[in-house]
Amino acid sequence: MARDSEEDPKAAKRQRKRKQKENKTRTVHANILYDHAKGEENPNRHYSNNKIKTTKYTVLSFLPKNLFEQFHRFANVYFVFIALLNFVPVVNAFQPELALAPVVFILSVTAIKDLWEDYRRHRSDTEINHMDCLVYCRVERRYVEKFWKEVRVGDFIRLRCNEILPADVLLLSSSDPDRLCHIETATLDGETNLKQRQVVRSFLDLDCDFDPLKYNGIIECEKPNNDLNRFRGYILHRSGRRDALYKENLLLRGCTIRNTEEAVGIIIYAGHETKAMLNNNGPRYKRSKLERQMNVHVFWCVIILLVMCLFTAIGHGLWMFQYGDKRPVFDVLSPEGTDLSPVMTAVYLFLTMIIVFQVLIPISLFVSIEIVKICQVFFIHQDLDLYDEETDSHLQCRALNITEDLGQMQYIFSDKTGTLTENKMVFRRCTVAGVEYSHDANAKRLAMYQEMDSEEEECPSRGGTLPRRDSVGSHQSAKVVLRSQSTKSHRRTGSRAEAKRASILSKHTAFSSPMEKDITPDPQLLDKVNECGSQMDFMRFHKQPMSQLPSDLADVLDFFIALTICNTVVVSSPNQPRQKVRMRFELKSPVKTIEDFIKRFTPSRLTSGSNSSSSSSLVTNRSSTRGCSSVLSSPSAESTLTKLDEEQSMQHAFSPVPPQYDGKACSAAEGELRYEAESPDEAALVYAARAYKCSLVGRLPDQVTVELPHLGKLSFELLHTLGFDSNRKRMSVVVRHPLTDQITVYTKGADSAIMDLIRPPDTANSKGKRQKKIFSRTQYFLNLYAADGLRTLCIAKKEQYACWLQRHLEAETAIQGREELLFESALRLETNLQLLGATGIEDRLQDGVAETIASLRQAGLQIWVLTGDKQETAVNIAYACKLLDPEEEILTLNADSQEACALLLDESLHYIQAKFLCSSSDHTTTKSFHSNIGLVIDGRTLAYALDQSLEEKFLAVAQSCRAVLCCRSTPLQKSMVVKLVRNKLKVMTLAIGDGANDVSMIQVADVGVGISGQEGMQAVMASDFALPRFRYLQKLLLVHGHWCYSRLANMILYFFYKNAMFVALIFWYQFYCGFSGSAMVDQWYLIFFNLMFSAFPQLITGTLDKDVSAETLQQLPQLYVNGQNSEEYKPYMFWMNMIDAFYQSLVCFFIPYFTWMNWLCICFSISLFFTVALCYNASCPTCYSPSNPYWSMQRLLQDPMFYLLCVITPAAALLPRYFYRACQGTLFPSPVQVGRQLDKLPYETRRNILSLSGVKAGSPLGPKPHFLSLGKTSFSNKKQQQMSGPVLHTDSEKELPSADKDTLPYTKDAAPPASKDCLDQTLDASSWITSTPLLSPSDGIQFPPDGGSFCVKYSRNSEERLKSDQSS
Amino acid sequence: MMASSYNAKEEDANHPGAANHAGVVKSKKPDNTAFKQQRLPAWQPILTAGTVLPAFFVIGLIFIPIGIGLYVTSNNIKEFEIDYTGANIDNPCYNCAKNFSWNSTAQCSCIVPFTLEQPFESNVFMYYGLSNFYQNHRRYVKSRDDSQLNGDRSALTSPSKECEPYRTGEGSPIAPCGAIANSLFNDTLQLYHIDSNGTFNEIPLVKKGIAWWTDKHVKFRNPGGNNNLTVAFQGTSKPVNWRKPVFELDPEDPENNGFINEDFIVWMRTAALPTFRKLYRIIQKKPSTTPTLPSGKYVLNVTYNYPVLSFDGRKRMILSTISWMGGKNPFLGIAYITVGSICFFLGVVLLIIHHKYDNRNNSADIPN
Repeated sequence: MARDSEEDPKAAKRQRKRKQKENKTRTVHANILYDHAKGEENPNRHYSNNKIKTTKYTVLSFLPKNLFEQFHRFANVYFVFIALLNFVPVVNAFQPELALAPVVFILSVTAIKDLWEDYRRHRSDTEINHMDCLVYCRVERRYVEKFWKEVRVGDFIRLRCNEILPADVLLLSSSDPDRLCHIETATLDGETNLKQRQVVRSFLDLDCDFDPLKYNGIIECEKPNNDLNRFRGYILHRSGRRDALYKENLLLRGCTIRNTEEAVGIIIYAGHETKAMLNNNGPRYKRSKLERQMNVHVFWCVIILLVMCLFTAIGHGLWMFQYGDKRPVFDVLSPEGTDLSPVMTAVYLFLTMIIVFQVLIPISLFVSIEIVKICQVFFIHQDLDLYDEETDSHLQCRALNITEDLGQMQYIFSDKTGTLTENKMVFRRCTVAGVEYSHDANAKRLAMYQEMDSEEEECPSRGGTLPRRDSVGSHQSAKVVLRSQSTKSHRRTGSRAEAKRASILSKHTAFSSPMEKDITPDPQLLDKVNECGSQMDFMRFHKQPMSQLPSDLADVLDFFIALTICNTVVVSSPNQPRQKVRMRFELKSPVKTIEDFIKRFTPSRLTSGSNSSSSSSLVTNRSSTRGCSSVLSSPSAESTLTKLDEEQSMQHAFSPVPPQYDGKACSAAEGELRYEAESPDEAALVYAARAYKCSLVGRLPDQVTVELPHLGKLSFELLHTLGFDSNRKRMSVVVRHPLTDQITVYTKGADSAIMDLIRPPDTANSKGKRQKKIFSRTQYFLNLYAADGLRTLCIAKKEQYACWLQRHLEAETAIQGREELLFESALRLETNLQLLGATGIEDRLQDGVAETIASLRQAGLQIWVLTGDKQETAVNIAYACKLLDPEEEILTLNADSQEACALLLDESLHYIQAKFLCSSSDHTTTKSFHSNIGLVIDGRTLAYALDQSLEEKFLAVAQSCRAVLCCRSTPLQKSMVVKLVRNKLKVMTLAIGDGANDVSMIQVADVGVGISGQEGMQAVMASDFALPRFRYLQKLLLVHGHWCYSRLANMILYFFYKNAMFVALIFWYQFYCGFSGSAMVDQWYLIFFNLMFSAFPQLITGTLDKDVSAETLQQLPQLYVNGQNSEEYKPYMFWMNMIDAFYQSLVCFFIPYFTWMNWLCICFSISLFFTVALCYNASCPTCYSPSNPYWSMQRLLQDPMFYLLCVITPAAALLPRYFYRACQGTLFPSPVQVGRQLDKLPYETRRNILSLSGVKAGSPLGPKPHFLSLGKTSFSNKKQQQMSGPVLHTDSEKELPSADKDTLPYTKDAAPPASKDCLDQTLDASSWITSTPLLSPSDGIQFPPDGGSFCVKYSRNSEERLKSDQSS
Repeated sequence: MMASSYNAKEEDANHPGAANHAGVVKSKKPDNTAFKQQRLPAWQPILTAGTVLPAFFVIGLIFIPIGIGLYVTSNNIKEFEIDYTGANIDNPCYNCAKNFSWNSTAQCSCIVPFTLEQPFESNVFMYYGLSNFYQNHRRYVKSRDDSQLNGDRSALTSPSKECEPYRTGEGSPIAPCGAIANSLFNDTLQLYHIDSNGTFNEIPLVKKGIAWWTDKHVKFRNPGGNNNLTVAFQGTSKPVNWRKPVFELDPEDPENNGFINEDFIVWMRTAALPTFRKLYRIIQKKPSTTPTLPSGKYVLNVTYNYPVLSFDGRKRMILSTISWMGGKNPFLGIAYITVGSICFFLGVVLLIIHHKYDNRNNSADIPN
C-alpha cells in the first residue's frame, strides 16, 4: 500500500522538473487517445493503477522480511544471540544445536502464523482486484469487461445500476434525464441514503448518448488527497472553454450506483490514490496494554539476569583467585590447555551464565501467549450469546493479539447511526395546529413488532409460503410483496423470520421495512383529513373559493401537503428497484393515470406492449441501444408509449378512483411505490403522509404529484426548492397550488430553526390569538417529543412569495458569491412563517442499546458518541439510549471561530471547576470525578478544539463530563478525537462503528470494533472485532474481556514466577559449584523446561481459567474495573512473584540440600515431567553428556526419601503465599473475589443479592458517584444569567403533565416526602435541559439552572437506606 | 485494506426466479456444547481464612507425626565419621599429606585409630567423603566421553573433544579420557578391628554392588568384552594422574576391571555438591548374631595416594548403617516438624482472623 503511493510522487518528481505547474495539480487525458502509443506517450502513465495491494510480503521477500520483523521483538534477538553464543566453545553451556532448537521453533511458529494472515489479506485483495467493470475499449469501440485492477486513470467507464465504483470517477454522462446520478455512500460514510451527483456542466446539455470518441477535454484537478468532501478542478475543452469541476461531479470508489440506469465517467484517481483508500490510514500494529506492561517486566528480567550473571562471574573470579597457582584437579583447563587468569575466566563465565540463566527470560512466554490468544479467540467465536440468528453471523475476531485489551477498556467511542440505532426512522407522533395526535394505535403496532421479535420462533412461516410475485389481487399477498422488499440491512425491524426472508429477496432499498411503511393513522386525524378532502372536493365541484375552508382543516391539509412535498424524496417502484417513477402530467389538468399500476408490473423497459394484467409476460430487456430522444429520457418515453397503450384498456376500471376509506386496501395499492430520500426521516414523513392517503406519486424537477383523498392526483408546480443545509437547518419548497393557484412556501426544519422564524402573531384578532395558542401548544409538545427521544421537525408555511422571487433570481444568476447570496435569499424567504405543526420521528435504537450503555457505564467505561449526524438528532438519540440523562446538565459548545472556541472552553472549564470546588468538600475522591454533565460539541467547534493550542482544555472539559457527544464530525475528526484521548490521557480506547466513516477511528483506537452486516464491509475489514449488534459489546467486554484479561495476566505472572523460581534454583546452586556455571539440572531439562515441561499448565490457565462466572460478570459490571485498573497484573505483583519465586527456590534447593547430602543425582521436583524424564532417562546410556542422567530418574523413584521431599518442599514453599492469600481473602477481598463468592451461592440468593446491589450502581466498586453540594445554587444561577442569555422556554413547561414524571429515574413512590421539593426542581431542570439542544446555536454556553444536585444527593440517601435495609 | 469486498454479482441475485431460499445456507451458529460455551465444570477455590483454615490444620497434624517418625528413624541410624586428611600435625596422616603430590611414586600409608562407642548392627556402608572438592564444576563435569566408557572402539582411539586437555597423552589417546577419570580417588582404605586381645582383625570389605546395576551393566562396558583387556586397551595411554593403566584397576577380578571397575564407576558419577560422600565398600552383616561392627577399637589403614590439601580439601571415612530412608538425616524430620508446627500456628492465626473478620455472608452481600 505504502509502496504504491510512493511511486507516484517519484513519478511526479520527474514531471515536476518539466512543469512547475504540475506541482499542485494532476492532469488527466483520456486514455483512448493514446492507445496506440503503448503507454509511453500516455501522460497518465505515471499515475498509479487501480490494483490494490495490502499484503506485507511477496513470495520472495517473505523470509527475510518476516525474520526482520520478528527480530524487532527484543526477545527474539536475545534468544538468537544466546543460541549463537552457545557456538563459541569457550563459553558454551549446552550443545549448540540443542540451544538453537527453541528459537527456531518459536520463529517458525510465528512465521507460519504471519504467512497465514498475509495470505488471507492477499485473497481479499485478489477478490477485489478481480471484480468486473465496463471500460471503453478504443479498438472494439465499445465497453468491454475488465477487472478492476486493469482499470487505469483516463479510462472511460460505464457504470450500471447497483454497481460498485472501482475508482474515483468524474461523471460525464448519466441516463437520468436530469443528468444526475444517485449513489449510495454507505461504504464511505455509513449513510444509506442516496446522494445525487451531477454530470459535468459542459456535458449537461448533451442530448444524446455520450460518446467517448468525441471526448476531447483535458482535466486538471487536485493531487490525490483524502478529503472526501472536496474536489476542485476544471476541464479544458479543445475549444478552449473551461468548465469547473466540483465534488458533485465526482463519484468515489466504494460507492454504489443507485437509481440510475447507467452512467459514464472518466477515471481520475485509481487504486491507492482514490479518496477512499487515502482515507484508510494503514493499520497500526496493535500491541496490547498487558503486553506493553509485560515487556517492561521482561526488561527487568534482563536486568535481574545481568545482575545474577555478574554476581556469579565475580564469584567465580574470586573462587579461581583463592586457589592461586595451585590448580586443583577439578579445575579443568580450557581445551587449548592454556591457563586462564581469573579475570578472563570471569568474563567467559559471565557469558556462560547468560546462557544458563536464559530461562529467566521466558522464551516460550511469547509463543504461549500467542497460542493462548488463538484459543481465546476460538472461544469468543464460539460464544452462542454473540451469535445473531437473523444475519447468521457471529462475532469475528480479526485481530488475534489484543483479546485481553477487551478487559481493560476505559473509553468507548461509538458511532451513532447504524451502531446505536438501526438507522431507520419510524413516524411516531405529530401535532397539527396545536392538537396532538398521539397515534396510540401506531405505538401499539410498533410494540407488536417488537413482541413478534421475541416470539419469532412460533410463527416462522408467516406469509412465507405465499407466492411472492404473481397475485396482486389479494390483500394478503400484496403485503407480502411489500414486506419482501425490506432490505438486508433492516434487521429486527420486522419479525426475524421476515427479515431473514427479506434479506434474501432484496438487497438494495434504503428503507422500506414494514415497520416504517405501515403506519396506523390516528383515527381522529384521519377523519379530519378525509373531511378536509371531501370539503375541498365539494368546493372544487361547486367552484367555491378554497379559502373558505375552516382554518383547522386547512392547516391539516397544508400540514400533509407539506409533509408530502417538502422533501427531496425520489419515488421508485419496487419491481424495478431503484428506478425512478416518472410521470408527466399536463400542468393544471390532473389526469388520473394508471402509471403506477403499470409500473408495478413493468421492469425497466417494456419492449412489447405487454398486457399488464398478467405479470407472467414480463420481458426484461437489458439492451443498451438507445436512441437520442428529444424531450424525454428514454425510460419515460417508453413508458409514455406503454401508458398510451394501457390507458385504453385500463382507464375505465380505474379512472374515477372511488374514495377509499379502507386504509389497508389503499396502502396495498399504493404500497407499490417506494420512497428514497437523502435523509431517512424525510422518507418516514412521506410514508406517514401516505398513511393518511396523501401520497407522493411522482416527482419531477418542476412538478410534484400528490394524491389526496377525494381530490385524486394533484400536480403542484414546483417553483423553487431551497435545499436543506446544516446552517439553516431547514428546507423549503415553493409551489403553486393546483386548485387555488396560490403560491405557497412550505418549510420544514429543526424546531430550533423554525420556531424563531414564526411570524409573531397579532394578538388583536381571533386569528392571531389562535396562532399564539398554536405556537405555545406546539412548543409544549415539541418538548414532550424531545424528552421522549424523538427527532422533532416543525412544519410551517407562508403565502407571500412574489416580492422575494425577483431578488432570488438575481442571486441565482450572480457569479460572485453566489452561495452567500442564495443563502441570504433563502433566509429572507423563510421568515414570518405560519406554524402548522410538528412531527416526532423515532430513529429506532437497536435492541438493548440503553441497557448496554448503562451497564458499560457501571463498568466504569466512559462513552463518547462521535457522529456525523446533526446536533439535534444526536442529542435526541443520546437521550433515548440513556447516554445523556434528563437529569444531567448539558454543555453545548458551538463556536464559529478559534477564539470563540477558546473562550467557550475556558468558560466551561471555569464552570466545572467552580462546581467541583463547591462540591469537593462533599466527597473525597476528587481525582477522577465524573460529574453529571454531558458535553455536546459540533464538528466545526471540534475542529477548533482539536487544535493543538486548545486540545488540552478540550480534554479537561471532556474528561469531567459524564458523556460526550460530538456531532457533525468527519471521519478524520473522529480519528483525531480518539487519538487525542488515547495519547493524552493514556487510556485504553475502543472505537465501534459500522460504516466506512468510522474506519479511521476504528484503526486509531486501541481496539476497533466493527458492526458487521449493516453497511458494507469497510468497518469490519478495518476492525479488530466485528460484532453483529451493538449490545453484544456488553458480553464481549464484560465477560470475554474480563476473562481474557485475567487469564492472560495470571498466565504471564505464572510464567515469570516459574522461570524465576527455576533460575533462582540454579543460581543458589552456583554457590556450591564454585560459580562455575554448571547446573544440577540436565541441559535438556533446562532448555525444554520452559518450552515443554512447564508450558501446559499455563496454557490451560490461559485458555480455560474462569475466575468469575459469566452471569455474575454481566450482572455486576463493576467487576470490569478490575481490568481497567490492571489489577490482575500490577508491577508490584511482578516483584512479589519474583520474591516469592526466590523464596520458593531457596526452599526447594535447601531442603533437599540439607537432607540429602549424599545425593548422587539430580533432584527433580517438577512432577509434571516424570513420564518424559523416565523415557528420556532410559533412552540412551551414552548420549546427553555431560551429566548423563541415565537411569537416575528410575533410581530416584525407588527412594522413599524422594517422596517425602516432594511432600515437604512444596508445602513449605507455598506456605507464605497461601497464608497471604487467605488473609487477604478474608480481610481485604477484591471485587473479583467477592464475585467468586457470589458464584458459589445458590441461584436464588444470588439473584436477591444482585438485584440489591444493582440498585446501587456505582457503589464502591465502580467510579464513585459524585455528590454535589447543596449550597451553590445561587452561584450557578448567577453564572447562568451571565453566560446564557438566550435561555428560552423555561417557564413554559412548568406545567408538565404528571405522566412525564414517571419517565424520570426516580419515581415518586421511591422518594421520601422530605425531598418532594427536590423532585420538582429536577423536573424543572430536566425539562429545561431537554430543550437546550433545540435552541438555536448561539456562541454562548448554556447552563441549566442548577437543581440536579438535590436529586443526586437524594440518590445517596436512598442508597444508604438500602444499605441499612440489607444490614438489618 | 479496501473493503468493498462484497460480491458485486450478489447484486443481481434479485432477478425473478433467482430467489434462493433460506435454509440452503448452512448456519454458522456455534455448537451449544459445554466446552465451546465454556460451561465446563470448574472448581475455583476461594482463599479465605475460613476455607484455608482446615487445610492448615490438616497439614500441621500430618506433618508433625511424620517429622517425629523421621527424626526417630534418623536417630536410630548409626553413623561414624573420621577425617584422615592430615591437615593438622596431630593427625596420623600429616606426614603423608605433607609430602605427597600426584607425581610421587612412593607409597605412603598411615594408620588412623578410632573407637566405635556403639555396635553397628545391620549392613554397614563404608564411604569416603571429600569436602571442598568441586566435582560439579562445569568444565569438570563435561570432561568425559561416555561412548568411550561404553566400550566404543572408535571413541577409545579418538576420544571426544570434551576430554581436552586430558584427551591424549604421550601421543596416544587416553583411556579413560577426561578430567573426572583423571582425578580418580585412589586411596585404599582397610579396616581393622582390635579385639580385646589386641590383635588386628581385618574386616572383610565387599567391593561388589557399590555401583548402580545399570551403570555397571549398561552404561559402562569394556572395549571388546572383558577378555584380555591388555589387548583391548592397546594403543591407549593411562590418565596422567594414574599410576597404573585402566586394565589393571583390579587384576584379580575380570568382572571388576577396566571400565567396569565399580570404584571407577562410582567416581564417574559426579557429585552434585562440593562436599560429598561416595560409597566405598559394604560390610556385610554376619550370619551370626554378633553385630557387624561391635563396639570397640578400630584402625583404619590408609594408603594415602590422593592429595587434597592443595585446594583445601578434606578426606573422610564414614561408616553408616541405613534404614528405609537412607542414611542418617535428622534435618528432614526437623523440617517436617517445623513446617507442621508453622502450619498449625498459622491455622490458629487464621482461626482468629476468621472468627473476627470473616462474616462471609455479609461481605458477599455488599461487593466491597
